[in-house]
Amino acid sequence: MSLITLIFLLLVLAMFTYFIGKQKIYAQYQAQPKSPGRRILTLPKYFGYVAAMWSLFPALLVWMLIELIEAPLINHQITNYLASQQIEVGENLSLYLNEIKNIEASHLADIEPIKQAIYHRYTQLNTLANNSKNVIVMAIALLMSIYILKRIKVDTAARKIFEKIIELILLMAASIAIMTTIGIVLSVLFESVRFFGEVPVMQFMFGLEWSPQTAIRADQVGSSAAFGAVPLFLGTLLISFIALLVAVPLGLFSAIYLSEYASVKFRTVAKPILEILAGIPTVVYGFFAALTVAPFIRNLGESIGLSVASESALAAGLVMGIMIIPFVSSLADDVLSAVPKTMREGSLGLGATQSETITKVLLPAALPGIVGGVLLAASRAIGETMIVVMAAGLAANLTVNPLAAVTTVTVQIVTLLTGDQEFDSAKTLAAFALGLMLFLTTLVLNMIALYVVRKYREQYE
Amino acid sequence: MNELMMASPMARAKSELTGNQVNVSLAATFEHTVGTPCCDNPKIQTKNVDVFYAENHAIQDVSLDMGANEVTALIGPSGCGKSTYLRCLNRMNDSIDICKVSGDFILDGEDIYAKSQDPVLLRARVGMVFQKPNPFPKSIYDNVAYGLRIHGLTQNKAELDDMVEDSLRKAGLFEEVKDRLNAAGTSLSGGQQQRLCIARTIAIQPEVILMDEPASALDPIATAKTEELIAELKENFTIVIVTHSMQQAARVSQRTAYFHMGRLIEVGETDQIFTNPQHELTEKYITGRFG
Ligand SMILES: Nc1ncnc2c1ncn2[C@@H]1O[C@H](COP(=O)(O)OP(=O)(O)OP(=O)(O)O)[C@@H](O)[C@H]1O
Ligand SMILES: [Mg+2]
Repeated sequence: MSLITLIFLLLVLAMFTYFIGKQKIYAQYQAQPKSPGRRILTLPKYFGYVAAMWSLFPALLVWMLIELIEAPLINHQITNYLASQQIEVGENLSLYLNEIKNIEASHLADIEPIKQAIYHRYTQLNTLANNSKNVIVMAIALLMSIYILKRIKVDTAARKIFEKIIELILLMAASIAIMTTIGIVLSVLFESVRFFGEVPVMQFMFGLEWSPQTAIRADQVGSSAAFGAVPLFLGTLLISFIALLVAVPLGLFSAIYLSEYASVKFRTVAKPILEILAGIPTVVYGFFAALTVAPFIRNLGESIGLSVASESALAAGLVMGIMIIPFVSSLADDVLSAVPKTMREGSLGLGATQSETITKVLLPAALPGIVGGVLLAASRAIGETMIVVMAAGLAANLTVNPLAAVTTVTVQIVTLLTGDQEFDSAKTLAAFALGLMLFLTTLVLNMIALYVVRKYREQYE
Repeated sequence: MNELMMASPMARAKSELTGNQVNVSLAATFEHTVGTPCCDNPKIQTKNVDVFYAENHAIQDVSLDMGANEVTALIGPSGCGKSTYLRCLNRMNDSIDICKVSGDFILDGEDIYAKSQDPVLLRARVGMVFQKPNPFPKSIYDNVAYGLRIHGLTQNKAELDDMVEDSLRKAGLFEEVKDRLNAAGTSLSGGQQQRLCIARTIAIQPEVILMDEPASALDPIATAKTEELIAELKENFTIVIVTHSMQQAARVSQRTAYFHMGRLIEVGETDQIFTNPQHELTEKYITGRFG
């Protein structure tokens, strides 16, 4: 019996239990003497749900437990079998067992007889385990079904139990998300601590040189590692700054146009189009930056006598700026539209022009929300990787010249971790330290953004 | 006058509840505006005004003059179009897409809706106090100084200070806020906010002031102050006021216009309207005997 069949049978049983349970309560309701006033009763379907869950959940739980102990149990049996047959397997037992398990039935004839025997023993055990698992799970489901259908009656607090179960399921979903986040943060934290055991924090945070290649042999020259993160953070700041320089004015102006000047028709069409910008995969932006914008900037620079690196911070920053426009415009548009109409009328009624109204009343009123949008865009820019890899290069130059190649924190994390790496050299651990710093930076930015946005919300409620 | 006092909110609520009945009786009895829509010395003249919100015919063929240096009160049940009519006078309805205005609007012999008319300058001449207080999220001082600054009405800081103080005084707010002119305008109470909005409007000294229920959020003391202010202002300005309070209309206005379901039912001298209304609907409304 396959997995699918078992699940199917369990579900059918649960459904069956649902209907029987519901029917039973319904019949009991009918049998009750009619009271004069109309009494509100728990709907029979809730009793059905509770019964169905009783038949389903204990069986699922037992199934999960069996799955957990199944593999060790089979391994144990095989080992016993090997011992009893006095078969020599060498020192690595688990490797040997793996080999047996991976034998394909069609190739069985080509294999040495001892292994064939073990393989047969293994399949035998496996089938046994599977069958008994199926039987146990189905039996539990059936027993629980019968039990609950006997037990359930009109006085059962079915609705309350149902609500509790729903709450539990939701809680489980929420805790999975939260636990994962905590897990990621903790693992990054632990690896970073290991890194800081090898490289002093001060050197990492204030060092001016970044070259993570460690010497493979002790006598090698010229490749002693340096883990100064300043060039990376400077590069990140430079590119993010250029991106914001593009995104803030463009985003803000388009938001003002959309919320204050555009007709409703234009707005309903233009706003989603603008938001599509955020949905374009960043790798598309990346090759747009590398193949179109970067050469354009280089040619332009050369024509006026500037030397521009073929990969430049400017190209990456410009394209990234386009990408984050919707973060600014969408939020700014929302907060501008949220400024009450009476505020506009108050200003217009005093004889202010529309642009005076916007600059003197609307923007100041919406400023906190706009700042929130800009900060969100900034944390997006800081975390962006693909565009920079493709358009700004990998060279960790300590420079603020937008025409030079620079690299960013995220790009370095990628290069540190791609390829075959041991996961305990300073080089790979550095990636976690960088990740931690990045995480802290965006966390702080997001917190500021949330704080500002929340404060803004209170104003008009 | 005793009967006027009876025109309580209760009576008005009742008149709303029985709106359908009123409509029937209106169809039977309304032929044309009763009274004298024209006056001797008009500041604003309107003729055959129709206003539509999309399909909703909110104002139907209203002709009405507002005399210079006097107070005209617009009264009528909720939703009858008082605010809509008032907002036409300084083209505030321009910003509502679905709103279509037609008819003649003349301010001092100038067509308000002429192509050559600049609505921005018009609104500086015809100021407005809105139904709901709407101070800007700026300091009290900046709220009042706003209009003065955008129109460049003062030469220096000292003059600006004087004008701000003067306007706040006239609106009866200065004593309460003189120590905290830098506090946010939105931090004031509802009634104080409304007086701040009045101060803001009179600061730029418009020729006409449109007031949409300026006293609806005010306590009796502040209401009395506002009414005093209106009496004072009418020496130099023309005032049009929407109010739900019969007593207020009777106290402050020289002429009263009664609106009903988008139509101007009756208009005339305030004394005459309140003591001897000609139209049955007017009489029912001011005595609170609808339905
Ligand atoms: N912005 C708008 N869009 C669409 N319809 C509107 C708008 N403003 C007002 N209306 C409609 O026009 C009619 C008149 O409304 P108006 O605000 O002028 O009434 P009002 O006499 O001022 O009432 P109130 O005493 O409650 O303030 C109402 O039917 C209303 O639904
Ligand atoms: Mg109104």
